[in-house]
Amino acid sequence: MSQAAVIEARNLDLTFETGDGSIQALRDVTLEIGKGEFVSFIGPSGCGKTTFLRVVAGLETPTGGEVRVNGTSPDEARRDRAYGYVFQEAGLYPWRTIAGNVRLPLEIMGYSRSEMADRVNRVLELVELSGFENKHPWQLSGGMQQRASIARALAFDADILLMDEPFGALDEIVRDHLNEQLLRLWDHTGKTIGFVTHSIPEAVYLSTRVVVMSPRPGRITDIIDNPLPRERPLDIRDTPEFLEIAQRIRKGLRAGHSYGD
Amino acid sequence: MTLVFPAFVLWMAAWWLNTRIAGSSLASSYAGRVAVPVVFGLTVLAIWELVVRGLDVSQVILPAPTVIAETLADETGTLWIDFRQTALKGAISGYVIGCLAAFSVALAIDRSPYLRRGLLPIGNFVAALPIVGIAPILVNWFGFDWQSKAAVVVVMVFFPILVNTVQGLADTAAMQRDLMRTYSASYWQTLLKLRLPAAMPFVFNGLKIATTLALIGAIVAEYFGSPTRGMGFRISTSVGTLELAMVWSEIAVTALAGTLFYGAVTLVERWVTFWHPSQR
Repeated sequence: MSQAAVIEARNLDLTFETGDGSIQALRDVTLEIGKGEFVSFIGPSGCGKTTFLRVVAGLETPTGGEVRVNGTSPDEARRDRAYGYVFQEAGLYPWRTIAGNVRLPLEIMGYSRSEMADRVNRVLELVELSGFENKHPWQLSGGMQQRASIARALAFDADILLMDEPFGALDEIVRDHLNEQLLRLWDHTGKTIGFVTHSIPEAVYLSTRVVVMSPRPGRITDIIDNPLPRERPLDIRDTPEFLEIAQRIRKGLRAGHSYGD
Repeated sequence: MTLVFPAFVLWMAAWWLNTRIAGSSLASSYAGRVAVPVVFGLTVLAIWELVVRGLDVSQVILPAPTVIAETLADETGTLWIDFRQTALKGAISGYVIGCLAAFSVALAIDRSPYLRRGLLPIGNFVAALPIVGIAPILVNWFGFDWQSKAAVVVVMVFFPILVNTVQGLADTAAMQRDLMRTYSASYWQTLLKLRLPAAMPFVFNGLKIATTLALIGAIVAEYFGSPTRGMGFRISTSVGTLELAMVWSEIAVTALAGTLFYGAVTLVERWVTFWHPSQR
């Protein structure tokens, strides 16, 4: 945490006004994320973890408090293309090929033709989708589609990667595989990653820090530093250290829950 | 009277044949799928011929298919002149102008909430106007030649294209729009790369509906004044002189032109929206 903070949130509040009253999605959220950190957000539905990520991305405007991304407002960071965002669904455009989908942000950002081709090749290789350039999304499995969507977020090489339950809809085997790949990718690129998840093992396996949140109102109940080494084979999940952290997260989730109900 | 009996026998035989084809392994093959409607169509023509001749139906009530075919062959020159006047000049130019206009207005409506609230209800209103009411007025404004027919066609095709395009432009998922925002894409970039492609299945729906409307509009408009050529003109004058074979020939040409027009738009649709679940 001693490095310069890439994402800073201070006393963040966000209240949604809906037809039948207001919903407090975030209350008094204060958090700093340093450069190169992998921070997971975990909590039950409605705890504001996705909302927090959207605030950082400039897709929602907080009603109180302050957020800085790279020292600027989230909106400016969005305009500077400071982050890549991976959504729950792959959301690939069916009329574009896989390469075309990965090229989409590059076209919008005005890269040159040769630069685009280079980058598309590079990131497709990174997510192990070389050879599928000319396939259309519906010809690929769900896991491959999600990998393509990660490639799309990586294509323009933003320093920050925001991921909103990217593997939530995938089966466990595919998920394990993608977790491993993501960890390797993070290690290679040194990106700062914000990662929303429902899964305790996933959070422990991937992150350097785990933020536990609870609903009504959405708030942070615990922040856990993960002492596991950066090099993490899949079977690290059976070690006592791993289980101990998982235990603490579970406790945090339970505590947050009894508070609301 | 004697010919009515073979007509009945033919009907049963064709029925039996089609049931056999539909039930056989041929049914799913291309040949099978073409054969069934062809057999059906030929049977209808043959029965028509037999019944008209067998019952001695007056030519004024219903000419036999062979008589119509004869007229078709003899009057190719006239039919071609009429086709050019009505279908190519009136319907197609009206269709193109109407589609382009509706498409542009749809984009303008999409850009401006003011227009959306103002223009869409007026569009609804215009769509409810009866064609036989508008056509004489437009003939009055634009003269007897094809220009007034094109104007009627523009009025007829405008609304379905407009509504479908506006609806199509709204048919993107929140996630897809958010994605474009994370790239901080401009309005035009989002329009070109996301919303227009996503709208295409809707747009083509409108374009297909409009093909038939265009032909109907161009033909009906000629009833209210036209030069001495055109499919609508020919139909109305031939009915007056009891040349029903000519009327039926024009109808045959219309049906053929309408089918080809619709088919052509469907082909383009398949090429543009190959990605849509209904096409792949």
